[in-house]
Amino acid sequence: MSALESNISRRSFVKTTGALGALAAIGGTVATTGSLFGMKPATANAQSEEKVIWTHCAVNCGSCCALQVHMQDGAIKYVESDNTGSDEFGETQIRACLRGRSIRRWLQSPDRLNFPLKRKEGTKRGEGIYEQITWEEALDTIASEMKRIREKYGNEAMTVHYSSGVCSGQIQSNPVKRLMGMSGGYLNYYGTYSSAHILAAGTYTYGGGTYGSSFLTLQDDQLVVLFGNSPADTRMGGASHTYDFAVMREKKNVKVIIIDVRMNSSLANQGGEWIPIRPGTDGALVAGLAHVLIKENLVDEEFLHKYCVGYDEQTLPEGAPANSSYKDYVLGKGKDKTEKTPAWASKITQIPEQRIIDLAHEMAEAKHCYIGQGYGCQRHSNGEIAARAIMVLPQLLGQVGKPGTSDGRREGNSNIKLAMMPTGTNPVQANLPVYEWPNAIKDGKSLTSLNAGLQKADRLSSSIKFIFNYAGNCLTNQHSDINATHELLQDESLCEFIVTSEVFMTDSAKYSDIILPDLTSQEQISITKNGYADNIEAVIYGQPLYEAPFERRGIYEVCCELAKRLNIYDEFSDGGKTREDWMKKLYADLQAVDPLVPSLEDGIKMGVYKRQPKPLVALEAFIADPEANKLPTESGKIQIYSEKLAKFAETWELAEDEVISAIPEFDPGFDSYVNLTDKYPLLITGFHTRAHTHSSYSTNPILQAANSHQAWINPADAKARGIEDGETIRVFNEQGEIRIMAKVTPLIIPGVVAVPQGKWHDADMKGDKVDHGGCINTITRYRPSPLAKANPQHSNIGQIAKL
Amino acid sequence: MTQHGFYYDATRCTGCKTCQLACSDRYDLPTSYFYRHVFEYSGGDWKTEADGTVTTDAFVYHTSVSCNHCDDATCVKVCPTGAMHKDGETGIVEVDSNKCIGCGYCVMSCPYNAPTVDRDKGHSVKCDGCHARVSEGKKPICVEACSTRALEFGPIEELRKEYKGDADVAPLPSPEYTKPNLVIKKCVRSKASDDKSGTLSNRWEVM
Repeated sequence: MSALESNISRRSFVKTTGALGALAAIGGTVATTGSLFGMKPATANAQSEEKVIWTHCAVNCGSCCALQVHMQDGAIKYVESDNTGSDEFGETQIRACLRGRSIRRWLQSPDRLNFPLKRKEGTKRGEGIYEQITWEEALDTIASEMKRIREKYGNEAMTVHYSSGVCSGQIQSNPVKRLMGMSGGYLNYYGTYSSAHILAAGTYTYGGGTYGSSFLTLQDDQLVVLFGNSPADTRMGGASHTYDFAVMREKKNVKVIIIDVRMNSSLANQGGEWIPIRPGTDGALVAGLAHVLIKENLVDEEFLHKYCVGYDEQTLPEGAPANSSYKDYVLGKGKDKTEKTPAWASKITQIPEQRIIDLAHEMAEAKHCYIGQGYGCQRHSNGEIAARAIMVLPQLLGQVGKPGTSDGRREGNSNIKLAMMPTGTNPVQANLPVYEWPNAIKDGKSLTSLNAGLQKADRLSSSIKFIFNYAGNCLTNQHSDINATHELLQDESLCEFIVTSEVFMTDSAKYSDIILPDLTSQEQISITKNGYADNIEAVIYGQPLYEAPFERRGIYEVCCELAKRLNIYDEFSDGGKTREDWMKKLYADLQAVDPLVPSLEDGIKMGVYKRQPKPLVALEAFIADPEANKLPTESGKIQIYSEKLAKFAETWELAEDEVISAIPEFDPGFDSYVNLTDKYPLLITGFHTRAHTHSSYSTNPILQAANSHQAWINPADAKARGIEDGETIRVFNEQGEIRIMAKVTPLIIPGVVAVPQGKWHDADMKGDKVDHGGCINTITRYRPSPLAKANPQHSNIGQIAKL
Repeated sequence: MTQHGFYYDATRCTGCKTCQLACSDRYDLPTSYFYRHVFEYSGGDWKTEADGTVTTDAFVYHTSVSCNHCDDATCVKVCPTGAMHKDGETGIVEVDSNKCIGCGYCVMSCPYNAPTVDRDKGHSVKCDGCHARVSEGKKPICVEACSTRALEFGPIEELRKEYKGDADVAPLPSPEYTKPNLVIKKCVRSKASDDKSGTLSNRWEVM
């Protein structure tokens, strides 16, 4: 045998595997015990011993996978994932996806931030010109700015920015929130850039929550209908929903129909039917389906009357206007006097009328019909109302609360109840939608509950003047309209101080006055539960891979130092706790309520603790006994009609093209197909690629080498513009212009361009502002949606052209 | 000799490329090449009706392929120095870097795009079935990495007996050319090697 690439030290490898215990036989029945090739003599040039350290990936993909990092001479040699246990459900190996597997190059990148930085005097935010300073200077500056700004403008001028770069473990951004809370308070936000619309929809329909039933409840030969969802793309890793769904499709011979703009990866090898739909029109499809179901008496009226409010006159709340039920809306007796026939829906959705009729029949005839949605439908200008509409479908069919059904929300999941570091009490009550912060920077005092969804306060007392941005790229890159946001953040008379703690010089970091070099979760102790899955619940016991190099510091230690300067250290640190002390305390808290978990010592030895949860059936208790188990809604029931929303519709300040409705009617929203023009004839939507998680890992070169950053374009649209597969094109609109490689493919509906979200913005902001990085948020508009006041980043109009 | 090879379950694969990246990490490959590739094969047409509705017969599927350690390995046949050879015990096709002159004939001859000449190293490089790793009783790293458990490796006769199936899947060449040791469980969208209804649609990522 020649050496080739395999310069493995076999001697050390044997030691390593011995330390890990018996290796599982993996895969099918052919897996043999012992060696396939037979033992060969160890190579002579054995290097120093390898060490294996357990840790985990911590970005915001929804999964959280185990990593076993092979260390040699203080550096990462390579990464293995979870290879323990039988790999049967319940002992499923929490195998990392391509991103976790590539974490070595990300952690050891020469582009990491290593020292505290201060924006160079005379330069503007966004220029990215910094000079190295000492930690003393950085911490003193931040503490004094916190004091100055708080004293001058009050506590509501202070905020912790939305972020998700560290999304696993018990610490995350909590030390920052704790610090800001204990030093006087800070403006809260509600919702996330991932799911703010569906959260609102879930709240007004079911009383909260975005999750429905587990895939593990699927029944033999049943039907699954998903809207804007692809577990294979958005719930990756070997123990996550991508695996749950793959196994259940196979085991149960499930028929899968996915309604989406793209033929996504859940519709590739694993089969299933793709119903292409025009973006943002899911609510119209639902209304068309409902029309068939109602007209043909296929609705479950008994279910609707027993469990729901507002399907028809019989269950409309007192005081609701006449003809305001969902049934009246669908049959054309509501205020718009339009019957939502399949022909009507067909013109809007571009789905043939007969396919809509057939789909309604298939759903009605299915003994078990699981109806769910991903986050794709809701990240639109009409996201909240569309998400609510999808939730109505299983209600009409009575396909809720039993195995093989869901409730129109996203697939459910189970978790071990491992708590996070407490953030303490925030003296500030005011709670702003997560996406409203630019308006709060511009003119905070003008924001109210009626024009900006402000909660727990009628209006703000100040604009935002201080931002603490921890591990977040949502100041620009992952927010909307980067060009406009650039202007907003550059103006130092508005937001006066921005501090970012980061591991890379992200586009958002460039808008900071001080940048702190953070440690990643893999460089610190980090105990975490696993991500979204229903075959397993787990704890991963992460240990630091190496001593903190350069001057990088963990956020907890940074906040301790700031707390000292703000004279709140004892309270902040709960009597001097270290990060490790918090881990121990929080783990002991878990053990007190969950005696099955191993001792911390044993857990650390094992690296990962796993067990199988009971699959969840959404709303099971409520359906079994709706009186004893009322939903936390106004009526205690499922609300097809929401009185709160009826009131909002009357009182909130809305533009003409913004709709809030008591019932989930179809509204196209702004920047939708009705707004297309000759100049901007295409709908431009984003999607989640596997090459990165949002903007995390976007600059890991090996991931990008394996995954081209390409805009998906239907061959008809490409041909009309002379665009060929693989060429770099312009994608542009009123907001700006990006350059990106074209993927000319039949896997996307005509008239739509889909850009993978999360690539890093790369433009000359003093020059033409053309974004050569291909970040979709250069061309997304900043305009909050009507109800959730959330990000409509999939709703855009624009044009594409050859260079 | 016990010929070894791969099994690939096309019904499970999502095209995620974890196999490819796990391998790249294990062997610290540069960004310019991979030992394993995931080919995307897609096709189909669209019809737009007068009322604006659309229909399509679009399809897509992925195929994860590394070196197939072929019985009739063209890379071995064309190698002018004998560097590219089949291991006598395992049938694994390997490069003897002491003999390889980096001429690239193997690269040009392989219909699976398996070998590459690494100019920095000065010789051909390719998948060796994680020979060293397998010698320790493990599976190749791609196999152990797969999120949907779609890969397997072992004596090809055992794999063929257990799983059935050949490698007659587009965009791969007909298996009659090199007799690859690759067993593919075909998925509902799989098409035969001679299919002309689709194209290799991610050539930027695999070539």
